[in-house]
Amino acid sequence: MSIKNLIICIVILAGLVALPHFLAYNFQDLLIFLAVNVLVVVSYRLVTLTGEWSLIHVVMMGVGAYASAMLSKMAGFPFWISMPIAGLTAATIAALLCFPLFRMTQFYFLIGSFAAGEAIRLVWIYFIDPFGGSSGINNLPPPELGDIDFYEPIPYFYMTLIIVTISLFILYRIEKSRVGLTLNAVHWKAPLAESVGVDTWKYRSLALIVGSFFVGIAGALKVHYLGVVTPHQFGIGVMVFVLIWVIVGGYASFVGPIIGVVVLTVFDQGLRASGIVDPAVQPAVYGAVLIASILFMPEGLEGIGKRFFSKSSGENA
Amino acid sequence: MALLEVKNVTKQFGGLTALNDVSFSVEKGEIRGLIGPNGAGKSTMFKNIAGFYTPTKGEVIYDGQNIAGAHPCKVSGMGLVRTFQETTLFDEMSVFENALVGCHMTARSNLFSAIFGSDRQRQKIAAEKTMDVLEFMGLADRKDQLASELPLGSQRALAMAISLNADPKVLLMDEPFAGMNPEETNHMMDLTRKLQDKGITIVLVEHDMKAVMGLCGYLTVLCFGSLLAEGTPEEIRNNEKVIQAYLGGGS
Repeated sequence: MSIKNLIICIVILAGLVALPHFLAYNFQDLLIFLAVNVLVVVSYRLVTLTGEWSLIHVVMMGVGAYASAMLSKMAGFPFWISMPIAGLTAATIAALLCFPLFRMTQFYFLIGSFAAGEAIRLVWIYFIDPFGGSSGINNLPPPELGDIDFYEPIPYFYMTLIIVTISLFILYRIEKSRVGLTLNAVHWKAPLAESVGVDTWKYRSLALIVGSFFVGIAGALKVHYLGVVTPHQFGIGVMVFVLIWVIVGGYASFVGPIIGVVVLTVFDQGLRASGIVDPAVQPAVYGAVLIASILFMPEGLEGIGKRFFSKSSGENA
Repeated sequence: MALLEVKNVTKQFGGLTALNDVSFSVEKGEIRGLIGPNGAGKSTMFKNIAGFYTPTKGEVIYDGQNIAGAHPCKVSGMGLVRTFQETTLFDEMSVFENALVGCHMTARSNLFSAIFGSDRQRQKIAAEKTMDVLEFMGLADRKDQLASELPLGSQRALAMAISLNADPKVLLMDEPFAGMNPEETNHMMDLTRKLQDKGITIVLVEHDMKAVMGLCGYLTVLCFGSLLAEGTPEEIRNNEKVIQAYLGGGS
């Protein structure tokens, strides 16, 4: 990471530390979910690096959420232990799913991952003991640490910010390393990668497992703030939002999906606050945004920013 | 002992026999041509050796081991590396990154070293080695360009750089001269000879007779899935059966 990028990161982090103090209570909530969603899209990007788009990512978030919820509620584990276990549980389930799922590629993989995800969700709904059925598990305890009150949004936001920042740093390191290079190679030409000794199955699995680990942690972060976990929080509708964030933001780069989720969330809230559009037609607006962004900016918001910057630096030269 | 030995390989697709009891062996350090008219089974043989197909019967002995049916990534890890018929590259990656993927076997890293950067020394060596290979293939000054932006000749050279970076003992080349103009063909022939000088054994499947006759010390001719003839280019050129096979003589 260059010095310039490091400075940008520090400025953004400082801004984020100050930000909640200027926001109303309900927007502080929103900020927490936004931070969680950033981790969701960035971990999803790692999965898509190999060129396989899955529809199971949000369900993996649920696997983590349920694992953490059940451990803390039924076994009395503190959040600090149940959260990492949430990640490990999601990673383990992902590892098992690799065997059937990566016998497929492309479209078949997409459908296969969707089916596997729905199967997991149906298990949560069907088995009331121990998953609580449709209404899920409620009264989840918040984290405990000294005198800090994690029922309040600001402390919870700071904790989320720390965990998400560390996770993003790790994901960034992976992507910029030789592992990331190999994942990219598998994406562009799997047979060529195999011809120089890359086990493509192993690398596809690795991406899915690591992505699931981090989204599992994101799931734990989300439900311990809400205090409740239900199967409906992790439906295909949410997955579609993740896809929209990633595509509109631009999946070609690390920051693209982050830009996507931030800009669309702010846009969404702005729309809601302005009262121009009835809340009932909001999904339609989202759909229109997706279609427009694919038509007019195939590289996403990030691509526009890059073009703008390269243009302006070109004029300076 | 021969470095690569194909023993009684038969490959059937359903009722169709694409290869019928073919045996030949390749000595260390030679350039071997695998030729034959269209549909002779050259590509099928190629894929059987490289692990993309499993022979129905028979063995492929490489370096004393039977590799028939082994996964392509295992075969290449042992030093038997293939190139592809059409230009096959990691299109949206830079020339340098393309070649860098090639040294996967010696430079691959795990999650731990990826996150903590603990194998920085090894990655540095890999990068230096990659630059050497690019230099050797005459691509060093294009290293930051995207692979998809290169002209055809350079793309082929890059494809060779990728496989070369995998430290092959045997290089299987699938029609390296297809679609090239005479100038590019000559350049490619020079490069192939330079690889031989490095001690790499080369097996090439090729249609371009001029290139094959100029490069190979020994030829294996396939026809309708069977071994038709073997010999030096001179012998093959004058072999009645080969001439008939190519000209489609009705006898």
